[in-house]
Amino acid sequence: MRTREDRIFQTIGHIVMIILSLFALLPMILLFMSSITDDGALVRNGYSFFPEKFSLYAYEYVFKTGNAVPHAYYISVVLTVVGVTLALVVTTLIAYGLSRPGLPGRGLITFYVFFTMLFNGGLVPTYINYTNVFQIKNSFAAILIPGLVTNGFYIMLMKSYFTASVPDEILEAAKIDGAGEWQTLLRIALPLAKPIVTTIGLFAGIGYWNDWQNGYIYLTKRTDLYSIQNLLNRMIQNIQYLSQNTKLANADVGLSAIPTVSIRMSMAVLGILPIVIIYPFIQKNFIKGITLGGVKG
Amino acid sequence: MKSSANSFSKGKVRFRKYLPVYLMILPGVIYLFINNYMPLPGLVLAFKSYNAKKGIYKSAWVGLKNFKYLFATKDAFVITRNTLLYNLAFIIVNTVLAIAVAIILSELTGKAKNFYQSAILLPYMISMVIVSYLVFAFLSAENGFFNRTILRLMGKEAIFWYQEKKYWPYIIIFVNSWKVIGYNCIIYLSTILGIDRNYYEAAAIDGAGKMKQITSITLPLLKPTVVMMTFLAIGRIFYSDFSLFYQVPMNSGPLFPVTNTIDTYVYRGLLELGDIALSAAAGFYQSVVGFVLVVISNLLLRKLDPENALF
Repeated sequence: MRTREDRIFQTIGHIVMIILSLFALLPMILLFMSSITDDGALVRNGYSFFPEKFSLYAYEYVFKTGNAVPHAYYISVVLTVVGVTLALVVTTLIAYGLSRPGLPGRGLITFYVFFTMLFNGGLVPTYINYTNVFQIKNSFAAILIPGLVTNGFYIMLMKSYFTASVPDEILEAAKIDGAGEWQTLLRIALPLAKPIVTTIGLFAGIGYWNDWQNGYIYLTKRTDLYSIQNLLNRMIQNIQYLSQNTKLANADVGLSAIPTVSIRMSMAVLGILPIVIIYPFIQKNFIKGITLGGVKG
Repeated sequence: MKSSANSFSKGKVRFRKYLPVYLMILPGVIYLFINNYMPLPGLVLAFKSYNAKKGIYKSAWVGLKNFKYLFATKDAFVITRNTLLYNLAFIIVNTVLAIAVAIILSELTGKAKNFYQSAILLPYMISMVIVSYLVFAFLSAENGFFNRTILRLMGKEAIFWYQEKKYWPYIIIFVNSWKVIGYNCIIYLSTILGIDRNYYEAAAIDGAGKMKQITSITLPLLKPTVVMMTFLAIGRIFYSDFSLFYQVPMNSGPLFPVTNTIDTYVYRGLLELGDIALSAAAGFYQSVVGFVLVVISNLLLRKLDPENALF
């Protein structure tokens, strides 16, 4: 029993959403089409949705000019795997601990976590602290540690999940059966907290994969620690970066042969690719996570 | 005496019982100490003339001199104005768009709606470096899609987008919305999906059409979520997304009057211009005003919607 107004609403709704979906996707399509267009055609027509002449030379060039791209990929993957592991271990432990009722000093420690959400020293003191006190400039720690391991938001989110969804009675029962705190956490609380662990893992994973600022700020010499984001960032500033900083694997590929126009786009496609491939698999969990985080309780 | 000794040993027993829990908490406490608390004393740099050789503590005090310099420049006004106005624009545009999209998605039937939701959320996953490439593909002066295709078809002159500041407020607001609408809309959508369907059925029986149902059921019930999201955003109104304002305009000088925010100013002062005194003063200004704003907005939120206030 659908009224005429319903039908009109459905039609307009679908049209609006199709337009918005196109808006969301078209830039990525332009990027991809440009990356498989012949450089000469790009110079003649500019970046275009409909290549005049196809060419995969830009990709060939990227992989022929040494191993900068595969290496940056490798750094990004290692960084993300190590980062997510570290983030989950640190966040889960403190969140579970703070959810234990009766813990002496719980209120005080919770405030210690919470205060970091209200007040922030900002870039200058943070930079001086990490460079002068910890001297992490030009090390792997520089892209792993600053700002990304955990934060008040992750901890509070996980803590309230433990409090709300892991009944204290079950934990107490486990203790009576002789399980210690660690066993209770691993065997009982963690399996019940899977959704929030997945969510924080995803947030942290996207944070690490997409981060470029730590590398930009702290890696002044060790360009071998550049993640794919840092490499892309350098490439957009300096198109010659790739050929200047790698030994040419193939002598035929000289500076003059740089497909300067298409290469930017092929690099960016390589940067986006992993996200687009993983996206369908993580999307559902990610949406659930946003709901958990956006609306407390 | 006996009872106090007793409670002391009780405390000891209790502490021992909870020792494993303290060990669990320790790594997080240490990380927050390193990342968030240790830098705090460094805020005094705003009142000092920093000398890298002497370090923070031995550098000479200069009182309010750094602030006097900062507020004597036009920069202080420009970065404050840009930070505040962009955030206000983001709050208004993103809230309206996200609610509209959430309502449409909640009412649509058919499988396509999952596709729509996936499509508009995808930009949220992409790093700002890549976003700057996407923007470049459209705006590059020599090869960009706008100059080479659209403006040419319209018979207009090419525009040097990265030199012309008048377009950038719109570009920044557009890029921001493009990136976050999918995310914000999910929050509103989950509130709408939580509304009891009986309300709508009753309204339909009473003869209310779709639009009437939206204005008299959906929108009023969304209000608490809107209030919460808005106040949380107001609490962060003194902060800006550094990547958006630095990376997307490609750090282009002619655009600074409309793209410089407190965060980009602090960054440039510290790492590009070596003007640590002004940078530290601007950072201190941001930390303190930002703190006051987050506390005030949460106190107000607590009155309106105690469940969702941070404290």
